Amino acid sequence: MSETETTQEAAAKRGWFARMREGLSRSSSRLSEGITGIFTKRRLDDATLEELEELLIAADLGVTTAAELTATLRRNRFNQEVTPEEVRAALAEEIAKILEPVAEPFELDPAKKPQVMLVVGVNGSGKTTTIGKLAKALREEGKSVMLAAGDTFRAAAVEQLKIWGDRTGAPVIARETGADAAGLAYDALVEAQRAGVDLLLIDTAGRLHNKADLMAGLSKIIRVLRKVDETAPHDCLLVLDATTGQNAHQQVEVFREITNVTGLVVTKLDGTARGGVLVALAEKFKLPVHAIGVGEGADDLRPFEARTFARSLMGLDS
Amino acid sequence: MFENLSNRLGEVFDRLRKRGALSEADVDAALREVRVALLEADVALPVVKDFVAGVKEKAVGEQVVKSVTPGQMVVKIVHDHLVETLGAESKGVNLNAPAPVPVLMLGLQGSGKTTSTAKIALRLKTRDKRKVLMASLDTRRPAAQEQLAILGIQADVPTLPIVPGEPPVAIARRAMQTARLEGYDVVMLDTAGRLHVDDELMGEVAAVRDAVKPVESLLVADAMTGQDAVNVAKSFNERVGLTGIMLTRIDGDARGGAALSMRAVTGCPIKLLGVGEKLDALEDFHPDRVAGRILGMGDVVSLVEKAAETIEQEEAEKLAARMQKGQFDLNDLAQQLKQLQKMGGLGGVMGMLPGIGKMQKQLAGAKLDDKLLGRQQAIISSMTKIERRKPELIKASRKQRIAAGSGTTVQEVNKLLKQHQEMGRMMKQMNKLGKKGLMRHGLGGLMPR
Ligand SMILES: Nc1nc2c(ncn2[C@@H]2O[C@H](COP(=O)(O)OP(=O)(O)OP(=O)(O)O)[C@@H](O)[C@H]2O)c(=O)[nH]1
Ligand SMILES: Nc1nc2c(ncn2[C@@H]2O[C@H](COP(=O)(O)OP(=O)(O)OP(=O)(O)O)[C@@H](O)[C@H]2O)c(=O)[nH]1
Ligand SMILES: [Mg+2]
Ligand SMILES: [Mg+2]
Repeated sequence: MSETETTQEAAAKRGWFARMREGLSRSSSRLSEGITGIFTKRRLDDATLEELEELLIAADLGVTTAAELTATLRRNRFNQEVTPEEVRAALAEEIAKILEPVAEPFELDPAKKPQVMLVVGVNGSGKTTTIGKLAKALREEGKSVMLAAGDTFRAAAVEQLKIWGDRTGAPVIARETGADAAGLAYDALVEAQRAGVDLLLIDTAGRLHNKADLMAGLSKIIRVLRKVDETAPHDCLLVLDATTGQNAHQQVEVFREITNVTGLVVTKLDGTARGGVLVALAEKFKLPVHAIGVGEGADDLRPFEARTFARSLMGLDS
Repeated sequence: MFENLSNRLGEVFDRLRKRGALSEADVDAALREVRVALLEADVALPVVKDFVAGVKEKAVGEQVVKSVTPGQMVVKIVHDHLVETLGAESKGVNLNAPAPVPVLMLGLQGSGKTTSTAKIALRLKTRDKRKVLMASLDTRRPAAQEQLAILGIQADVPTLPIVPGEPPVAIARRAMQTARLEGYDVVMLDTAGRLHVDDELMGEVAAVRDAVKPVESLLVADAMTGQDAVNVAKSFNERVGLTGIMLTRIDGDARGGAALSMRAVTGCPIKLLGVGEKLDALEDFHPDRVAGRILGMGDVVSLVEKAAETIEQEEAEKLAARMQKGQFDLNDLAQQLKQLQKMGGLGGVMGMLPGIGKMQKQLAGAKLDDKLLGRQQAIISSMTKIERRKPELIKASRKQRIAAGSGTTVQEVNKLLKQHQEMGRMMKQMNKLGKKGLMRHGLGGLMPR
């Protein structure tokens, strides 16, 4: 690798850490201001801990997780004189400890060709866009990617994915809207095998987890894929919107049961939503978080870094 | 698992069991539970605080009505305050302006703007007999304009022809111009999703507002939104000026606290609810129903009404008393099955409860369906009186007779008997465990299998 390339890469790397922090710091600025306000020259007492707990709740960590984290802080630091920096750092460490085990980038397994990834989630969470971003990233690594327009329900969903295919140079297997999604998935897998691509990304229609009939549709897609390759799908990515509150628990629970979710992507972290529910999800389900979405563009996908995420959430530099 | 507020409060007040006026201490204890319930429902923290303070003011010193428990009393005060805060029943989209009336649809990415635009257009066309034009100002998301065009075809509502490369403000102007020339009553303007902190894009939509002077600027927001709902609603209101809120994905099982958050910070009425992906899945906002949902009581109002209509109160009380004593015989089981059926079958009951998704799955797993209810009733009605009271009498030959009489099989008879036994055992256990036990095992545990 030439020197210029390395520098460029470093610049790019700084670039996206900075961007994620930028996004996250917007979301955490209020949080950290709050903490700074609370802790300036104060002892870590009950009132302080309670306010801290509330700040965590306001970041969507949920009542239980917020209480647990504050309890840990109480055990370790109660009655000590602490600076705001110290408290934030300590909390970030606690959060990072929870998140570290789930921070697992998505890796292609060269033994599987094609590797098949099904992308699922509730309506509008960012599935199609995430597929576009993943395709871009993998194409840049020199991998061949094929897309399957498995959302045969929503108006112009097929057209949307086709545009992503054009943008990223990935062929798109599609049928007309209203066609059978499982049949389309079947065709796509056969085609992906024939073309010998590295990865087949299958888009699916957004569906609410409490709709049994729609969830059964997902099971059907999986059953049909297994007729072509009994090990498929190798990955099932659940796309969660960071704006979502505690309902994310139910989403993960039900999607996991029905599709054997192998990993998560959290989108829209470029807003002020803090995505704090992820902390509770990591504790409860231990599903790998492969990446985060920080914008609508093809390059707005970032690896999920536990420490960066936790420290950024607390308004600290990494 | 979310426990519902009545259960939470039930526990608090079981310990108190006091009558008379609600003391400050009673109320404080209850309000701690209310706070947690609201936070679990995703009501934003600052809004929760104000709300709880409001309830406290109303509740302290309130006389507890004789026929209810203090817990029920507080639930009622909370519920009423919530209904009041959520605002009045929706009056729908305001069309009180000279035609063409511009309606601007706003919101974060993926919240449901385009779908909702078409839903409202369809309703205005069919119900209100208005001539509606739709236009997409979303020049950013891939295939966004095509999406609205296709929905227009589905709804049989015209859309403004797409001119590639035309910027949003120009599209909005052209839409208004077309509407004036062609005599449209309403112009629905769908916009690109944008973050409330995206200065440039917020500026763009403010420019659209200045260009068309919308009569309605509706914030379209997802009912699953968490604590961030306050920031989003506040920013959109400050920057663009909102006239109302539309909540989508009410057909999900989110508790929908965002409704209260957004209403509280903007003061804007919640006008409409999106209840599905299809274009007719649009409903008016009913504060009592959303309140019940936020409090985790499902559509308790409807459930209670329906139950009151169909279950004879005395029967229900007798049944409960027998259950508690562990004297639950097959007559009681038959009675229970009958009442279930009267309430619209299992589907009817389940549909009104919170956390339905999970329950429905449990039920599906248990192979429970309404046909089964009917067959089980048939089995019981083929038994003699004595058999129903003393199921232990039912041995092989009796089983054959019952199966033949009810058009079922001996296996099915066995199954029903076993299930009755299990229910009896479960009830004894539950009496030991108290209310918590029921929560943990869920309704499924009590149902025929
Ligand atoms: N700001 C931001 N917007 C995003 C991100 N990811 C997706 N979006 C936007 O969110 C909206 C919905 O994204 P889609 O990819 O269409 O979502 P989907 O899950 O495929 O939606 P359905 O197929 O309709 O269920 C689009 O406007 C996207 O541009 C993100 O990380 N940040
Ligand atoms: N279940 C359910 N899905 C809905 C509802 N409203 C919209 N959707 C779905 O949510 C997804 C996103 O809807 P869109 O109308 O494309 O959302 P949008 O706000 O226009 O999205 P962008 O333009 O990308 O910002 C689609 O899959 C819709 O079918 C609703 O009330 N219930
Ligand atoms: Mg999609
Ligand atoms: Mg749209």
